[in-house]
Amino acid sequence: MHPEKQKHDFEPKIIAFVCTWCTYAGADLAGTSRMQYPSNVRVLKFPCTGRIDPVFILKAFQQGADGVLVSGCHPGDCHYIAGNFHARRRFATFRKLLEFVGVDLQRLQFSWVSAAEGGKWVEMVTDLTERVRGMGPMVEFKELAMEEQWSGAINTEELKEAYEAI
Amino acid sequence: MSRIGVFVCHCGENISRTVDVERVARAAEKISGVAYACDYKYMCSDPGQNLLKKAVSEHNLDGIVVAACSPRMHEKTFRKAADAAGLNPYLVEMANIREHCSWVHEDKEEATAKATEIVTMLVERVKMNRKLQPITVPVTKRALIIGGGIAGIQAALDIADCGHQVVLVERDPSIGGHMAQLSETFPTLDCSQCIMTPKMVDAANHPNITLHTYSEVENVEGYIGNFQVTIRKKARSVDMDKCTGCGVCMAKCPQKKIPNAFDKNLGMRSAIYVPFPQAVPNTPVIDRENCTWFKSGKCGVCQKVCGPGAVDFTQEDQLIVESIGAIVVATGFELYSINEKPKGSAIKGYGEFGHGKIPDVIDGMTFERLASASGPTGGKIVRPSDGKEPKQIVFVQCVGSRAREKGISYCSKICCMYTAKHTMLYHHKVHDGQAYVFFMDARTPGKGYDEFWRRSIEEEQAVYIRGAVSRLYEKGDKIVVMGSDISLGIQVEIEADMVVLATAVQPRTGAELLAQKLGISYDGYNFYSEAHAKLRPVECATAGVYLAGACQGPKDIPDTVSQASAAAAKVMTLFSKDKLEREPIVAKVREAGCVACFYCKKVCPYGAVEEKEIRDRQGNLIKVVAYVNPGVCGGCGTCQATCPSKSVELDGYTDEQIIAQIEAL
Ligand SMILES: Cc1cc2nc3c(=O)[nH]c(=O)nc-3n(C[C@H](O)[C@H](O)[C@H](O)COP(=O)(O)OP(=O)(O)OC[C@H]3O[C@@H](n4cnc5c(N)ncnc54)[C@H](O)[C@@H]3O)c2cc1C
Ligand code: SF4
Ligand code: SF4
Ligand code: FES
Repeated sequence: MHPEKQKHDFEPKIIAFVCTWCTYAGADLAGTSRMQYPSNVRVLKFPCTGRIDPVFILKAFQQGADGVLVSGCHPGDCHYIAGNFHARRRFATFRKLLEFVGVDLQRLQFSWVSAAEGGKWVEMVTDLTERVRGMGPMVEFKELAMEEQWSGAINTEELKEAYEAI
Repeated sequence: MSRIGVFVCHCGENISRTVDVERVARAAEKISGVAYACDYKYMCSDPGQNLLKKAVSEHNLDGIVVAACSPRMHEKTFRKAADAAGLNPYLVEMANIREHCSWVHEDKEEATAKATEIVTMLVERVKMNRKLQPITVPVTKRALIIGGGIAGIQAALDIADCGHQVVLVERDPSIGGHMAQLSETFPTLDCSQCIMTPKMVDAANHPNITLHTYSEVENVEGYIGNFQVTIRKKARSVDMDKCTGCGVCMAKCPQKKIPNAFDKNLGMRSAIYVPFPQAVPNTPVIDRENCTWFKSGKCGVCQKVCGPGAVDFTQEDQLIVESIGAIVVATGFELYSINEKPKGSAIKGYGEFGHGKIPDVIDGMTFERLASASGPTGGKIVRPSDGKEPKQIVFVQCVGSRAREKGISYCSKICCMYTAKHTMLYHHKVHDGQAYVFFMDARTPGKGYDEFWRRSIEEEQAVYIRGAVSRLYEKGDKIVVMGSDISLGIQVEIEADMVVLATAVQPRTGAELLAQKLGISYDGYNFYSEAHAKLRPVECATAGVYLAGACQGPKDIPDTVSQASAAAAKVMTLFSKDKLEREPIVAKVREAGCVACFYCKKVCPYGAVEEKEIRDRQGNLIKVVAYVNPGVCGGCGTCQATCPSKSVELDGYTDEQIIAQIEAL
């Protein structure tokens, strides 16, 4: 019998951007090995991490994701030789930008999971889910998106007036 | 408005046990744009596929989502089924609700909700899918082989025997490479010339092989199936059609004191020469740097004595352009020299061994020439300095190899074996002599290899000393070898008559220049890189270019020949069809938006991006844009994520498709 499932007040949405060749296959392996993990994650398949545009991460947060996972082949194992090196550089820079706009970097995980690492996939998804659950919903982007206040909060009378005048 | 069909599979009970498939189908029906949804026990079975095909026509579907197992399992199956029903296969997507859902979750409510969301995301994605057509590229069925060592010759013969045209380009005046220089070969001690020269002749006489010796690849353009290769045929100064190979010119040439590189400078040759008597082709070449005619305009003896009038001082380099479908690179290796290296070089020389200035300290290949029956000494093992027979000989293994401080950390793989061979050849020829070998460890992983190595000790009395040599210096007419025996923990000193260094196998000087012409990658030492160390060991990441032999890494003859035949098999696979068909997952440039920054070109791992000029009718340049060669593009999408103006797009993974999927979250 399975232990009684714990009920939570908050179920975070996790979105995972993964490459077909390694991480997607690793997640498949977790399935064929019948490993269990939280059902919060939604997987988007890419040919390679090289294809993953940082805009997608922003978009995901904006659409209500509370945590984002980016994962591909280990360095040196990329099916397209070097796509993951470009991705790594891109995300190193991008993290700084995210931090600057106020995203808690704990919500974003970047890591390598090979086609043989079903266990690592489970571990990562579980960890991220639990971590983000602890952090609570990611509200910043949603509020921004709702109020169209990309340049900052409109929290004074003058600003509100100016905003309405546009 | 789209007309999407959603097919939810039970997978027996594999999915339906934890996912309420019926509910997923009912929910899918309500998504806007879904014209039909159903669930079925086994979608991949024949009846399941027929269900899909029938629905395509009955409901006039323009997109399909199959919610079932991983696309890695059955995407092909369902795309084929759609194709058969007249729907473009690339309008089919799979929602993975088995590996990513039913198998990893236990709670039916949760799993059903997740499955529904996955399906929704893929429905939104498939609405953005475009019809794609498989890409076909014509294939020119003519192979280029660069390098005429055993690797190149083997690959050329295999491909030519299969009925395809081969162009073999060799830099030296004769084909044969290093194997033509060897005396006898491990592990069987058969004479190298005896097994090599017939192959050289076969290659030269093969009706399907065009041989360009004394030639080099000047330029390579194009891509898999469609290369244009320019070959520089260096001026030989001898007309190959007229020359009969009689050799009178060489006999009469007054310049006879030129060290012959083929014999590791132990023997001499004339200015008009063939590098060795069995050379193929057997046509001499004039070494213009040492020829009196070319230096001073006098002499011309060879021309006077040549019966058929083949000597031609006015000959010039010729450029030949060949259309090629596939390229095999087989440029082989070079031996490390202990000589002083230019300042700043990562690879160091050996001052402690005299920097190559002690005449009786030689390398393995020089020993091969001494031991070779057709070599400069007729097979007598003698000292280069005074021609005396060495009674005490010391072999030192791993010189340069596995020596990080000298700049090379890899193992050269062949030296343990050829040193064992050398001790045997020595013992066969100098019965009262004694051979010592300094070694780190003996690496003999090959068929019959360990037995061979043991024989050198047990039957041929070689004394193996485990340890390194720290210094070599001359004392009278002896060479003092100072080393250590780490098994006994003592210092050893041997007064030797001759020392043979098993120096590292290195890529050819300038190997990187050829790689740059070909657009292939190379490692930190300049060995050419295979696409995958385990699964694609003979292919380059650059489509249509293959590797054979020691240019890819140190190799002995059996490994070289195997790899050459494997490369040939890859070429033959390519040539087995008139057209190359591939998945249309390639990048395309939207020329209107391209700002010609060429970031895409910089990041593309395949070198697929080219610069393209757009001109008006009068031929005036309007602008330069990026162009992705579909024959070369690997389909990774790195360019798209990099392009600042969003002007390059990977089919099958467009921004619209992905954003639609995210927005369905
Ligand atoms: C001392 C010694 C002893 C050995 N003994 C044995 C043995 O007993 N048994 C055994 O199995 N192996 C032995 N080997 C290893 C053997 O020599 C190699 O495995 C084999 O020669 C590799 O063949 P290859 O065709 O790859 O390279 P190579 O023999 O180096 O041939 C490469 C060819 O390419 C040509 N070339 C280079 N650059 C260009 C260019 N840019 N354009 C056109 N042409 C070019 C070269 O001129 C050459 O003809 C020995 C090696 C050494 C050093
Ligand atoms: S990165 Fe984009 S804009 Fe720049 S050259 Fe390539 S396609 Fe054109
Ligand atoms: S998709 Fe990858 S391989 Fe193709 S052009 Fe872009 S970067 Fe190069
Ligand atoms: S293919 Fe997995 S990261 Fe490039």
